Amino acid sequence: MGVIANKMGLQVNPTAKESIAKKINTQKNNIVYDTKELNLWYGHTHALKNINLEIHEKEVTAIIGPSGCGKSTYIKTLNRMVELVPGVRTTGSISYKGNNILGKTMKVEDLRTKVGMVFQKPNPFPKSIYENIAYGPKIHGIRNKKLLDQIVERSLRGAYIWDELKDRLNENAFGLSGGQQQRLCIARALAIQPDVILMDEPTSALDPKSTLKIEELVQELKKDYSIIMVTHNMQQAARISDRTAFFLNGEVVEFDNTNKIFSNPSDKRTEDYISGRFG
Amino acid sequence: MIKQFDETQLKNRMNSRVRNNRIWKFIFFLSTLFGLFVLAILMIRVVMDGISFLHMDFLTGRLSTDPDRAGIMGALLGTVWVVLVVIPVTLIVGVGTAIYLELYAKRGKFKSFIETNISNLAGVPSIVYGLLGLTVFVRMMDFGNVVLAGGLTLSLLVLPILIVSAQEALRAVPGHLAEASYGMGATKWQTIRRVILPAALPSILTGSILSLSRAIGETAPLTVLGIPALLIPFPEGLFDTFTALPMQIYYWTLDSSLVAEYANLAGATIIVLLALLFLLNSVAIFIRNKFQHRY
Repeated sequence: MGVIANKMGLQVNPTAKESIAKKINTQKNNIVYDTKELNLWYGHTHALKNINLEIHEKEVTAIIGPSGCGKSTYIKTLNRMVELVPGVRTTGSISYKGNNILGKTMKVEDLRTKVGMVFQKPNPFPKSIYENIAYGPKIHGIRNKKLLDQIVERSLRGAYIWDELKDRLNENAFGLSGGQQQRLCIARALAIQPDVILMDEPTSALDPKSTLKIEELVQELKKDYSIIMVTHNMQQAARISDRTAFFLNGEVVEFDNTNKIFSNPSDKRTEDYISGRFG
Repeated sequence: MIKQFDETQLKNRMNSRVRNNRIWKFIFFLSTLFGLFVLAILMIRVVMDGISFLHMDFLTGRLSTDPDRAGIMGALLGTVWVVLVVIPVTLIVGVGTAIYLELYAKRGKFKSFIETNISNLAGVPSIVYGLLGLTVFVRMMDFGNVVLAGGLTLSLLVLPILIVSAQEALRAVPGHLAEASYGMGATKWQTIRRVILPAALPSILTGSILSLSRAIGETAPLTVLGIPALLIPFPEGLFDTFTALPMQIYYWTLDSSLVAEYANLAGATIIVLLALLFLLNSVAIFIRNKFQHRY
């Protein structure tokens, strides 16, 4: 617990440290993202309606819902990638560790350094495996070859793909299988040493075996990272997430512990969706 | 199951459909042949006229009124000098404009206004660019009819084509590559420089080489600028007067009524110009095949 206080740079004696940490823990404990009354429009389409969600640190939060329910839009709002679509408008606030990321003072480059993202389709660069991983550190100004080597190795190890790829670092990333490419993309996201990893249906383009590997990886990663994962696959959400949010027509219908959502949902629509009656 | 098709009718129709396909294929083949045929006639004529005059002395010699002593070194050098102006000017201005329009400019009336105008400029007759060059570079800026004026005029002429093709090249880079870069906190410029431009570069280079070969072959704007084909010293810099291969062809063809051999000289020069253009286009194709990425 002292770690948290240390991270905040507090110089206090050990007992006070402990009590401050406790206070932090009980008050705003572990919340990375606090979304309040978020609304989002694409032109005239009201895509997200009054979203309120708290996302907790070092957990896997799954976002489920039928196509077009706004789940991808929401996750892209968390690192403001949604702004790449012209004509997007938002109201409300999303606070990331206490800073409103929708505010004018937030630099998107800064935010996206702390919040990595893995996309639906594996999207490695047409470069070597090494250069793919080194890309993030390089754009942040790291030139030292030795340090880059270390980062590449650590990131690939973090994504449990080092043993497969360590002898192929100079090969083009396009030569990898789809599943390997996606794990490479996860490693690439780890290389910028983020706190949060957003995953937008990361296994929807993969075969069952690769999917399983990614799921196991996510279980490992949540020890160090907060993971928010959009998924189309309800079994996946049930298998690997700690909390689940069910989106429908741009609204959060229900947000609760995953066990609760899948065993005893409080909303009839959630029950209908997870039991396969629609979607 | 009840058959909704009458089998014999189906069979008859099948035959006529297949025949139809064959007829259309033949028509399309003929139209392809037509173009090739005309080109072949031209090539044969030119080669027959020019080949006997095409020798090393012709390439390295100075211009002369005597057909047996005339050479095109001056025109070749002039064309090379013009190319040295056109390449950097069009690449910098053209790719810069394409990057701004495609990646920075917000969608709106301003952007579509500029884009419409650029497309229209691509269709403006080249002689009008000659007048523009004459007014601005030769007269207003007072360069005279020198390499720089000619190069800039030809740059203006091909810029719209280059901008449009560079924009298409940038647009063809898959959005998910840029997203991956933005997702790691890269700025727009970093993403452009490290991801989008390298991916688009082969197509951009191909487009620029093709527009360069257009610039090399243009005659009309140069005649308006008053580019001579006289006994002038070889150009040695941007502010020297010059002549270019198409100008040489133009004047020799014009004067072939006076001296019959001038037609042969024009033919020989055309062979040289065509060889040059063919070389450039081959380079463009080579770049496209060699460096094109799979995404």
